[in-house]
Amino acid sequence: MSVDSMFVHKMWVDHELSKMVDGGVPFPMLSDGGGKVGEVYGVYDPAGGVDVRGRFIIDPDGVVQAMEMLTPPVGRNVAETLRQIAAFQLVRESKGSRATPSGWRPGKKVLTPGEDLVGNVWQEWKVEDAFN
Amino acid sequence: MPKEQKAGCARPTGGVVGQTPPPQDENKKTPAPEVRKMIQVGTKAPDFTAPCYFQGKFASVQLSEYLGKWVVLCFYPGDFTFV
Repeated sequence: MSVDSMFVHKMWVDHELSKMVDGGVPFPMLSDGGGKVGEVYGVYDPAGGVDVRGRFIIDPDGVVQAMEMLTPPVGRNVAETLRQIAAFQLVRESKGSRATPSGWRPGKKVLTPGEDLVGNVWQEWKVEDAFN
Repeated sequence: MPKEQKAGCARPTGGVVGQTPPPQDENKKTPAPEVRKMIQVGTKAPDFTAPCYFQGKFASVQLSEYLGKWVVLCFYPGDFTFV
């Protein structure tokens, strides 16, 4: 979603994005004229008249589970977004009985929060796990 | 004469010349607290409708149509910038 019109979105797809992705963009490209939606989401920059790089992960109940905001010159890490979605889906499927510690990726160890874990995370999780 | 401008990563904007922007802060800081409230994780995403371009067609979408699915909502500064 950007403040550009849907017609400019079409031009962008036709002239550039379709050269990167076969068949063009596989999801709706939304138009936020005047930044009204961006303002509610806290990403509209009135000085520049644009929505900054904000990213929100919204769960099936419509609840915001994660958000990230960047100023324009720095791009996002899409792999990190996918990792977060996988983590939130795992937690949701476990009905909140599991938690993914720092550095978690699909396949890595998850934690089971509870009385036994209090004061014992050091046995279950090592500092290296944050980086490997 | 038009001066060439380098393409950056945000949509360039203009403004009225010789006029300092109105002091919006004083008046604008007190609108309805619900609208001004910063969105928070763990709370409902504000619903909205928006015009869109999707697979060759112009359409309109509403966020709440996606209830039951995971949604990634991405804002970016302008078309023809990196995302």
